[in-house]
Amino acid sequence: MIRIAQLSCGAEYSGIQKEIERAADTVGAKIVYPEVSLDDILNVENKFGVKVASGDLNLAMARAVRIVENPDLADAVIVMTCFRCAEAAIIRSEIRKFIHEHSKIPVLSYSFTERTTAETLLTRMEALVTTVKFRGLLAREKQKGLTAGIDSGSTTTKSVIMRDNEVIGTGWVPTNEVLKSAEDAFEAALKMAGVKKEEVQAVGVTGYGRFLVGKHINAKLIQEEITVNSKGAVFLADAQKGAATVIDIGGMDNKAISVQDGIPGGFTMGGICAGASGRFLELTAKRLGVDITELGKLALKGDYHNVAMNSYCIVFGTQSLVNSLALGCKPEDVAMAACHSVAEQVYEQQLQEVEVKEPVIMVGGTALVEGLPKAMEELLQLKVRVPKYAQYIGAVGAALLVSGLLEG
Amino acid sequence: MAKVIVYPPTSMILSDLVERMGHKALVVSESVRKLATANDIQSPPLNVTPEEPKKGLRYAAVDVPSGVRGRMALIGPLIEEAEAAIVVEDPGWLTGCAGCNRTNELVRLLIRTKGVPLLDLAYPTDDAEARVFVQKIKTFLEALK
Repeated sequence: MIRIAQLSCGAEYSGIQKEIERAADTVGAKIVYPEVSLDDILNVENKFGVKVASGDLNLAMARAVRIVENPDLADAVIVMTCFRCAEAAIIRSEIRKFIHEHSKIPVLSYSFTERTTAETLLTRMEALVTTVKFRGLLAREKQKGLTAGIDSGSTTTKSVIMRDNEVIGTGWVPTNEVLKSAEDAFEAALKMAGVKKEEVQAVGVTGYGRFLVGKHINAKLIQEEITVNSKGAVFLADAQKGAATVIDIGGMDNKAISVQDGIPGGFTMGGICAGASGRFLELTAKRLGVDITELGKLALKGDYHNVAMNSYCIVFGTQSLVNSLALGCKPEDVAMAACHSVAEQVYEQQLQEVEVKEPVIMVGGTALVEGLPKAMEELLQLKVRVPKYAQYIGAVGAALLVSGLLEG
Repeated sequence: MAKVIVYPPTSMILSDLVERMGHKALVVSESVRKLATANDIQSPPLNVTPEEPKKGLRYAAVDVPSGVRGRMALIGPLIEEAEAAIVVEDPGWLTGCAGCNRTNELVRLLIRTKGVPLLDLAYPTDDAEARVFVQKIKTFLEALK
């Protein structure tokens, strides 16, 4: 049983404690609360570096100190505080950094509302448990044999066929009917690779539809997208050793993952606002009358400063773009403004929660919208790497990891 | 007998003093007891469900963190019920604490603006101050009868 230490403020008063425990139970983990003494709390500033006015946050910091001093107390840590609390946001971030700097225990940080459910937490908890439970599998650097990966995403379904560490076939279809889309993508990848389904030794599945698809095709590996994508990213970017940061801006949510030797150390997953997703770029392309594949090239010719973006919201943000066009702004400026808006939101809301270390690898279909990596480079003041097959990252990660199960 | 709210609203010491003087102390433990002993335990340990932060909207706006609103769902009704109040400034965590300082601030504000008889006290730091502290509370509570 994996023990996840909960360091939090406000969870029990927000009515979500049961949801946290339900999510942990679903992924075969249990929530634990490291014991601390009153002196540990009263003297927390001596060891942690600060104490604050809110007692529950001091308790969380004291528990963090206790875990760092006694790493056997927990296998992983989840730091949770109320959304919109400034005091808690500062301490949540500092606790994550403190544990990260002083131990090897994986940490997940999350800000909740009363609407947070076990389902919201499930993928995050699953990733946390995977990094503990399957550390050996995640350390795998080479794909062996003939394996397939399917990434059943919210917008598109991707599949790859890999043989002896090379991608030999790819398939990509929009996600309509989850099972049919998976079959179609898989068939396309098989056709391109020139191999038959029966020849494939094992299939790994990830993405939103992983449970349904995985069961249907009898997959050997069904895994959440955080560990799988980070594995695929460092494999394709040739950054398996040392630190890396993976940014995956998806159709429905975004992930920022801090990776060490191919294994996620800390990560955030956003999914509250569509204005920070690939969907916003799709809407912009549609409004500009260009194909999504052309939006990025168009954006590279533009300057976002020429467009007044009044909102990050997908509705009001689009309205700002429409207003700008009506005022005579150039389509390329509007395209870049959309890219900048998405990148800025991810930068402000998610990249502050992970350690951004080079190389920064952008993956997912949105990474191919050239304006987006460029906007991210400007914000981070760092070079962003977009590897080949960036849109197939989940499928590649799944095909790579499942090959590790072939050896029994 | 008057209904007296105390601050910190989790203080067992203050609640005990109020009860000894024949009044009813309004403290969070009472609200928690009602929730936690309900027939249908949906959300252990306190049985606070996502409905409580919504009830807390009566005291704090929707952009106030859910943890504050959830706490206010327990403390707010006590403030509404109160006929008198005792507020101890800088009580230290040992005396009682809502766990969240934004909640503490809002609770103090709502108590002070309610317009009921109010005793403001500083937390005693030695034996002599403690005796004065108890005496002031006694005098205040006697005057409520």
